[in-house]
Amino acid sequence: MAVPLGTEIPVRTPPLPGVTAQEAATPAAAVQHRPVAGSVHSWDLSTGVDGPGTRFVTFLAGCPLACLYCHNPDTWKMRDGKRVLADAMVAEAAKYEAFIRAAGGGATLSGGEPLLQPVFAGELLHRFKHELGLHTALDTSGYLGARATDALLRDTDLVLLDIKSWHPGLYKRLTGQRLRPTLDFARRLARLDTEVWVRFVLVPGLTDDPANIEGVATFAASLGNVTRVDVLPFHKLGASKWDRLGMDFTLRDTPTPTASELATAREIFAGAGLTAV
Amino acid sequence: MTATPWEKTTDGTAWEGFGGGLWRDAIDVRDFVQHNHVPYEGDSSFLTGPTERTTAVWRKLLGMFPDERNRGIYDVDTHTPSRIDAFAPGYIDEERDLIVGLQTDAPLKRAIMPNGGWRMVESALAAYGYEPDPAVREIYTRLRKTHNDGVFDAYTPEIRACRSAGIITGLPDAYGRGRIIGDYRRVALYGVDRLIEDKQAAKAGADAQWPTEDVIREREETAEQIKALCELKAMAATYGHDISRPAATGREAVQWLYFGYLAAVKEQNGAAMSIGRIDAFLDIYLRRDIESGILDEQQAQELIDDFVIKLRIVRFLRTPEYNELYSGDPTWVTWSLAGIGEDGRPLVSRTTFRALQTLYNLGPAPEPNLTVFWSPGLPRGFKEFASRVAIDTSALQFESDDLMRPKYGDDTAIACCVSAMAVGKQMQFFGARVNVAKALLYAINGGRDELTGKTVVAGFEPVEGEYLDYATVAERYDAMLEWLAETYVHALDVIHYMHDKYAYERIEMALHDRTVLRTMACGIAGLSVAADSLSALKYARVRAIRDETGLVTGYETEGTYPAYGNNDDRADRFAEDIVHAFMQKVRKHPTYRGAVHTQSVLTITSNVVYGRKTGATPDGRPAGAPFAPGANPMNGRDEHGYIAAALSVAKLPYDDAEDGISLTNTITPDALGRTGRERIENLTGVLDGYVAGGGFHMNVNVLDRATLEDAMQHPEKHPQLTIRVSGYAVNFVRLTREQQLDVINRTFHGAL
Repeated sequence: MAVPLGTEIPVRTPPLPGVTAQEAATPAAAVQHRPVAGSVHSWDLSTGVDGPGTRFVTFLAGCPLACLYCHNPDTWKMRDGKRVLADAMVAEAAKYEAFIRAAGGGATLSGGEPLLQPVFAGELLHRFKHELGLHTALDTSGYLGARATDALLRDTDLVLLDIKSWHPGLYKRLTGQRLRPTLDFARRLARLDTEVWVRFVLVPGLTDDPANIEGVATFAASLGNVTRVDVLPFHKLGASKWDRLGMDFTLRDTPTPTASELATAREIFAGAGLTAV
Repeated sequence: MTATPWEKTTDGTAWEGFGGGLWRDAIDVRDFVQHNHVPYEGDSSFLTGPTERTTAVWRKLLGMFPDERNRGIYDVDTHTPSRIDAFAPGYIDEERDLIVGLQTDAPLKRAIMPNGGWRMVESALAAYGYEPDPAVREIYTRLRKTHNDGVFDAYTPEIRACRSAGIITGLPDAYGRGRIIGDYRRVALYGVDRLIEDKQAAKAGADAQWPTEDVIREREETAEQIKALCELKAMAATYGHDISRPAATGREAVQWLYFGYLAAVKEQNGAAMSIGRIDAFLDIYLRRDIESGILDEQQAQELIDDFVIKLRIVRFLRTPEYNELYSGDPTWVTWSLAGIGEDGRPLVSRTTFRALQTLYNLGPAPEPNLTVFWSPGLPRGFKEFASRVAIDTSALQFESDDLMRPKYGDDTAIACCVSAMAVGKQMQFFGARVNVAKALLYAINGGRDELTGKTVVAGFEPVEGEYLDYATVAERYDAMLEWLAETYVHALDVIHYMHDKYAYERIEMALHDRTVLRTMACGIAGLSVAADSLSALKYARVRAIRDETGLVTGYETEGTYPAYGNNDDRADRFAEDIVHAFMQKVRKHPTYRGAVHTQSVLTITSNVVYGRKTGATPDGRPAGAPFAPGANPMNGRDEHGYIAAALSVAKLPYDDAEDGISLTNTITPDALGRTGRERIENLTGVLDGYVAGGGFHMNVNVLDRATLEDAMQHPEKHPQLTIRVSGYAVNFVRLTREQQLDVINRTFHGAL
């Protein structure tokens, strides 16, 4: 009932059609001509789960994937988000600048899939980094990595890259999409020497095949820019959201991984020379 | 008691090696600490575990706690009204106790303290199946008047009506007011004889003045203080200690200090009996002994462990109504730790670490109420250890040293939960709190109680109409708060006059300076409910649902409104305004003994009872539902995480709430980070950020909901599970079921 309204700004202009790569590459300049807006599911302050330290996390609405284990299915549709001006989002984040500076942390774009709205995402990253002086992180599946401009990536200090599976068939089954774009994006980040934390969700019976984990581990280790791997346990805390949306949560009977299964997965990453937590 | 001979026994050697001079000539513990404290900037690696002796003593008590929990109390002496020297010596284990002294002659046996009020004694005894001693009853019902009798002689009918309606509640009119911290360090540093001399000089000063009422009162009080000091000496002598002289060793310093405190808890069942700022002080003695080779780290830790065991078993006999308000048998033996000196040197010592280490050596516990004075400028090693302890035990609270130091100086301690005072120089008249949410309903209903329909406040018109107009309600609310502040201060003046008269804190005040700053500590509950209700009235449409007499008994809120707790100025401003406005109104009324007006935003566990006594509110909260604790936002309305909520709370003006602003956070471990190391660093950062952002107090619970649910089902598996509630910690399994559910239903900030 009590809905905070702080960031809900009615959109005065329609979403920008046909922003050119050049405009997106100079977001600060672009904003002087017309306001950038995007679709935002929510925002939040979190600690230690969306990148290092305490972070202002903007969850962008809309995702091209449909992961079986998604715990935020309410972020899948861009039209379910609220239209928010980048100005409003930056103003909201600015309230936490001093806190984050004292506490250590930064700003993270998550979702949904932030790269579904590359102009808006680029604008936010640019302004979080340059106007507010915050460390920036981008939490992405990498599937739409090609939409990220080099400028956007220059404004990104850390990419939290979900590599959900090494086997393309399994990836397709888990997400409904192809694995290849994610791997291409990972290689591009390596070329740009952008810091990456790989995230791997351990789902018993689905992603826990040692060969599957080894594939991700070997690939990640070969890149040279992966400083950490988060092995995240599959959980079912989002199940009620599937129910509310009238969708079928097919992993309802899948067990959550045990501590020893998690440890085994982390050992595989560590064996490839990576820091896994 | 083990028979180690005391190493040094004369005044000449007691101060050997100590620097500085002022404190030698005048009673000035701060000066002593400043000249002799050596900050410790390292980490926790020097700490040691419990000795076999420590574990054996603690196990003995652990074996007694289940009986105490099941029966409510372990035992009580119904025949002996307690005073400092009323009981023969008692021990947990006479062979093993290092620090000796119990409130009565046996551990966990409670005493009766009828000076506060006989009815409270009798109903508490009845609740646990005991008969009062007829001779004692005769004394306190026919021969000797109590504080409670005095208060009700002077209360007005209006105050009584407010009290029973629940708009002003928890008043210390039938029990000890507490929240007075004797400077117990003085007993160790100076010995009792020197303190008596000092009080005799004060008495002579008062004798030389014309006997106005104030002067006569001072003379009588000082005479009582001197008697109390003599009784303190006599009580210590029954344990074989001569505390007329200064403590000469670390062990004596801990023992002497504890005797001073023990005298206080033998005579006063104050709501909060806090121990003060003692870590740097004790450390000076322990360090001197370690440097001279008569003590090692293991022994130093053992002394602190044994001292803390004693503090953990302070007990008072209280009524079920009291326990309902302040659940879990709390005593608020608040121990203020760390902080930074006015000269910029940290007041962190190895003994600060040792105090926290007791939570590992003895396991978590709610008492003593370990309170860390936090500043981003504290040494990193300490900040990380304190964060680790908070994460592991959920037994710490943090308060902003940066807000307190400029107001009260660096020898400040917390009484109870969030009440800061300069030790030995300042005391407070505890005033519990008023219900500002219910006051809003009274404003709407023209002074009629929304639950009973009775007129509690005369002379107010109800707000008319189907849809409530924000401006009209706001205007009536302001007038209602004006009336409430007046009635409230009136009640407090009566209470504290009578408390001084019939239940004066002789020993605690003997350990204060002659000139004491007094504060009149008012308080408010229901802040977030009132703020959100005003926001609803302003930003949404609120329809009044009336009964046949026109009384508004419910509200329908149409549309949405910004809620307090989201760092949104539109809503947070209502909370800021209520705090500021109520403080202004309180300040208009003269106080007993010229006390300085203050207020707190604190509920302890009374948020549940206040909620139960309050009808539905315009924010959409149903009748009877619990309030949020302290200054917390309402459950589930803080939608952007605990940091956004914390920054809303940090906006409340400390200048208008100098008695403290309480925030309780319950965070799942996952929501602090993925590794133990990360969680420690992140919590340290959060505390730095909160204090830097003007936040005052934060309780930190790091818990899973599942753990609490399991503890409700199987309390025997979680005897030491500790959880912070507003301003103190409790054994979760000792909360009432209603309060356990309130804690579980409260917002858990987890990672999803």
